[in-house]
Amino acid sequence: MSRRRRNVCKGENLLKFLVHKLNLLSLEIGDKMIKNKISKRQNNKNGYWFVLPYGIVFTIFILVPVLMAVVLSFTNFNAIQFPSWVGFLNYITVLTNDEIFMQYVLPNTIVYSLIVGVGGYLLSFVLAWALCNLTKWFRTVFAMILYAPSMMAGVAMTVVWKVIFSGDQLGLLNSWLISLGVITDPIIWLVDKRFLLPIVIIIGLWSSMGIGFLSLIAGILNTDESLYEAGAIDGIKNRFQEMIYITVPGMKPQMLFAAVMAIVNAFQAGVHYVLLTGNPSPNYASQLIVNHIEDYGFLRYEMGYAAAVSVVLLLIVQVFSKVSNRLFGEKDE
Amino acid sequence: MAYKGHTINPQKFEKSQIKIILIILPLVIFMAMPLVYIFNHAFKPMEELFAFPPIFFVKNPTMDNFTFLMKITSMAGIPMSRYVFNSIIVTVITIFLSLLFTTCAAFALSKIKFKAKKILMSINQAAIMFVATAVLIPRYLVISFGGMIDSYAGHILPLVALPVALFLVKQFTDQVPDSLMEAAYIDGATDFQVYLKIVLPMIKPAIATASILVFQSVWNNLETSNYFMNDDSMKTLTFYMNSFVTENNTVAGQGVAAAAALIMFVPNLVLFVILQKNVMNTMAHSGIK
Repeated sequence: MSRRRRNVCKGENLLKFLVHKLNLLSLEIGDKMIKNKISKRQNNKNGYWFVLPYGIVFTIFILVPVLMAVVLSFTNFNAIQFPSWVGFLNYITVLTNDEIFMQYVLPNTIVYSLIVGVGGYLLSFVLAWALCNLTKWFRTVFAMILYAPSMMAGVAMTVVWKVIFSGDQLGLLNSWLISLGVITDPIIWLVDKRFLLPIVIIIGLWSSMGIGFLSLIAGILNTDESLYEAGAIDGIKNRFQEMIYITVPGMKPQMLFAAVMAIVNAFQAGVHYVLLTGNPSPNYASQLIVNHIEDYGFLRYEMGYAAAVSVVLLLIVQVFSKVSNRLFGEKDE
Repeated sequence: MAYKGHTINPQKFEKSQIKIILIILPLVIFMAMPLVYIFNHAFKPMEELFAFPPIFFVKNPTMDNFTFLMKITSMAGIPMSRYVFNSIIVTVITIFLSLLFTTCAAFALSKIKFKAKKILMSINQAAIMFVATAVLIPRYLVISFGGMIDSYAGHILPLVALPVALFLVKQFTDQVPDSLMEAAYIDGATDFQVYLKIVLPMIKPAIATASILVFQSVWNNLETSNYFMNDDSMKTLTFYMNSFVTENNTVAGQGVAAAAALIMFVPNLVLFVILQKNVMNTMAHSGIK
């Protein structure tokens, strides 16, 4: 009896087993069919068609100009005559003979990019982290206020700061400082070489909470909540440790994106200040590398030389991005 | 008491948050102050603009500065409506082309398998760091060789390819589930149909974000008007407002300049506030891996 039952069981089991196998097989076949259909697409030429429109515009207006800048940087070009080949002369001049560059532009750019790039980046991380500890309503409102200045680049920004740093006693800052007794006579802020670079740096920090900042907020909010619970059990004692050991490692990609944005921002910013300080700025006090390029390219028409400075700028930016890649890049790729 | 952990994105307001608010509030006020000031300035009547000591908030708001701005422009050779028209045309076409090209490319780079994919993606990634001013001269040469000086194309085409936008849209497209697309392919859909019917509806937040970015880069752009346009009637509102602002830095001019600044800034703000949710949604996928 028991043996018979076992046999029945065996038969049943066998049947179940077979059905199971059959199921698996059919799944596998289905899978293969799908895979076949897709593997035909292993090198789908349509991909090129989809990329083509973007690719054309990208090539004409970004790639070709960069390559042209590289070629022009080896020439002497005044925009009227055909460029003449001068080899490395422009680069040698940048490094050895351009007093304005070495004395003002380079130091200004380094100071500016350290404070606004690195400092602004740290600031935006701390702020993003603080905002993430608040409820949604506060977070949204604060984030919008902090982000708003970065949308003001250009005309609006110029007006705002021109009014505040206005050189007469009707200027907001001057009147405040006078009423506080810090100064007795109004300071002509936007001409005084002592204040130009600090002013430009303040404006830079003010407008540095851009899209990278939003990315950081999203990154922090994205962190898996169970990690925090696990961390608390594993002996994390405070918010600061939580940030260092859990939040930051989990959001490296966003950290990298924000870093790249901060770098671009720091090196591109000079353009906006021209409206405020003029180009060249008084005594070159707030002259940044992009201003130097415009100065030589469009005011002195030494376009070959300006192109060499451009190439130097693009290289500096690439170096910085490599550094941030080292810091935040995922190792396994 | 043991540390509880898990303070990110709290659902309820707690006392510990007051501390954080108090710490960042001064900074938020500092950031907001210039904005608030310019909003107030734009509505100040003449006597408040000249008031000594200067006043921060407007007491008797008027539209004087805005009407004055209109008056000046109507006296100039080219009416302001022309600049507004140029700006709108340029902005709308650029955004449309940019979104079309960007989503197409993002779809291919994310979902279609083809050989050059990886290299194309890394080129675009390097170009995120592209500093447009650095190549202004060659860009000018390209545009003048192409006969695009004094044409809308000279405004539009240089700004269509925005590497950051492509990057963000591509990252967002990555998380559209493959199974959905496979089902469509098995039903015999073409790549284009999958792009149009499945991918596009699913990446709306990324499209919204890209449109904000493109809008900002076009609407605030001075470069194309300054360097690629000789004919004044082809320049944009930004250019006009800017030349107006730089020419009128008297106290009387400041109120009008503030009005001009508001006209330039408010569209940015409105667009961002409307699309703000989409932006945060997109930024969650913004990481560079």
